[in-house]
Amino acid sequence: MGGKFPRILACGDSALSVELADTIDETVSERIIALAANLAATPVKGIEELVPTYRSLMVIYDPSVIRGHALDRELHRRLMVLTVNSVPARRFDVPVVYGGSVGLDLQELADMKEMTLAALIELHASAEYRVYMIGFAPGFAYLGGLPERLHTPRLATPRQRIEASAIGIGGKQASINSVPGPSGWRFIGRTPLRLFDPHRSQPFLLQAGDRVRFRPVSEDEAAELDRAVAAGQPVMEAQLS
Amino acid sequence: MSFLVIQQIGPMATVQDLGRRGLSHAGVSGSGPMDMPSFRIANALVGNVENSAAIEFGGTGGSFSVLRPARIAVTGGAVDIRLGKRKLSPWESYTLLPDDVLSIGALRDCVWGYLAVSGGVDTVPVLGSRATHVRTGLGGYEGRRLQAGDRLPLGRDNPGVNLALRQLWRRSGGPVRIVPGPQDDYYSAETQRAFLKASFIVSPARDRMAQMLDGHAVHAEGGHDIVSDGTCAGSIQVPASGRPIVLMAERQTTGGYPKIATVATVDLPRLAQVPSGRHVSFAAISREKAEELLIAERTALRECLANLVEKPETDDVSGGMPS
Repeated sequence: MGGKFPRILACGDSALSVELADTIDETVSERIIALAANLAATPVKGIEELVPTYRSLMVIYDPSVIRGHALDRELHRRLMVLTVNSVPARRFDVPVVYGGSVGLDLQELADMKEMTLAALIELHASAEYRVYMIGFAPGFAYLGGLPERLHTPRLATPRQRIEASAIGIGGKQASINSVPGPSGWRFIGRTPLRLFDPHRSQPFLLQAGDRVRFRPVSEDEAAELDRAVAAGQPVMEAQLS
Repeated sequence: MSFLVIQQIGPMATVQDLGRRGLSHAGVSGSGPMDMPSFRIANALVGNVENSAAIEFGGTGGSFSVLRPARIAVTGGAVDIRLGKRKLSPWESYTLLPDDVLSIGALRDCVWGYLAVSGGVDTVPVLGSRATHVRTGLGGYEGRRLQAGDRLPLGRDNPGVNLALRQLWRRSGGPVRIVPGPQDDYYSAETQRAFLKASFIVSPARDRMAQMLDGHAVHAEGGHDIVSDGTCAGSIQVPASGRPIVLMAERQTTGGYPKIATVATVDLPRLAQVPSGRHVSFAAISREKAEELLIAERTALRECLANLVEKPETDDVSGGMPS
């Protein structure tokens, strides 16, 4: 990576952004996560939070403990010696009921792409996705790896309420919604899983760097999973590979 | 257990504490008070520990009663406060008895006020905090804005005297100070100069999440879309409409608009407190300067909180500053 990256940008007096690129790229994401892991393993006094995003790591710090310019120097030093070890990714199979009232754009998307519903579902479920970041809302997963044929612009006018658990497509990205709210993305199904539940011992299901595959399930199987999730039973475990 | 009974309340009131820290990486907004110094002073005046939960209200307060005697304090700015027919002053504490009704009117010349009650609001913490995040329904009282009829549980109240400030807590004046960036390179030098010269109007389109600015459109020559990255309180982002948005306490954790500048932490409460329709302008300072201002303000606030004066017990209704 030559040119202007890496660079460290001030975000006011209590945060900065370590930028490794301005594109969405798996190698960049791996380095961001490796830098966050490095800082978690060998902490710098004064760093309060680390927020990995697609192409940058936001570092929230307390200027009473470490000043920004000193933190810049330390972060540049860490970057120089940073090694990206291939740690096993956590892999998740996410059950999805395609269509239905939550997946309200499925038919329109199929028409737009001149595909049958079955072909569209198969294409969406055939890819492996990478969780690039958790952001916007608690546990909301931004996924990369959407097959190019499924890339679709967002709606001009966002809808006021999309359910938690909706499976979305926004531009080149895919998503799994974690809380209900407004969205301009298109939605093709829902998962019985809850990405976010503040009352669970593990409130957040996914983290940056995880791998996700979607597994089509029937309404009946989804209803069974819904009951298990409502009863607080674990319905999905990470596979390490 | 005692309760704070809400008889009437304004439309923008929530339970807040210092905020939900350490979960930005999981998409969880910090939330917390819009005006941190005013919040902290309110808690200190009633003898609460600093992370006690209190009520934040926007515009109009409400009327309140308690089941057991408690100390109360209102901060934020000038406001009519009455205990029955007695007129009370903000920025000092009083004893509220079970037969009393505390009425808090509309704030004058500011937007956000705080009502702290001794013992603190004792709702169940969610993800380590009692702060309400309205958008996602997290924390506070049932994850929502407060309504008439709500009964907020209060924590154990340590006996203590009523307190007042030794000196007024003054907000700085002049332009709101900003640190350029992180995406200032999306804006031409001319656009950045015009941004600093402009007089913006504080839009009524505002909530705990964001403050819109009207009166001067800002065009990002480098485009209004970036690959999403992290946001912080005070980020000034500009979507394609050209209307700047300042992200506030309840901001989303990541965003896809280029951020021309970040409001200095010391001036963010001041911006939050500017009434809608008023003009604001910005002045650029270095990150180092903004850090120094923040460190100095923390010291000043610590001293302010450590030097509260005891009010004479017999003169609880004097309402004045100590001479």
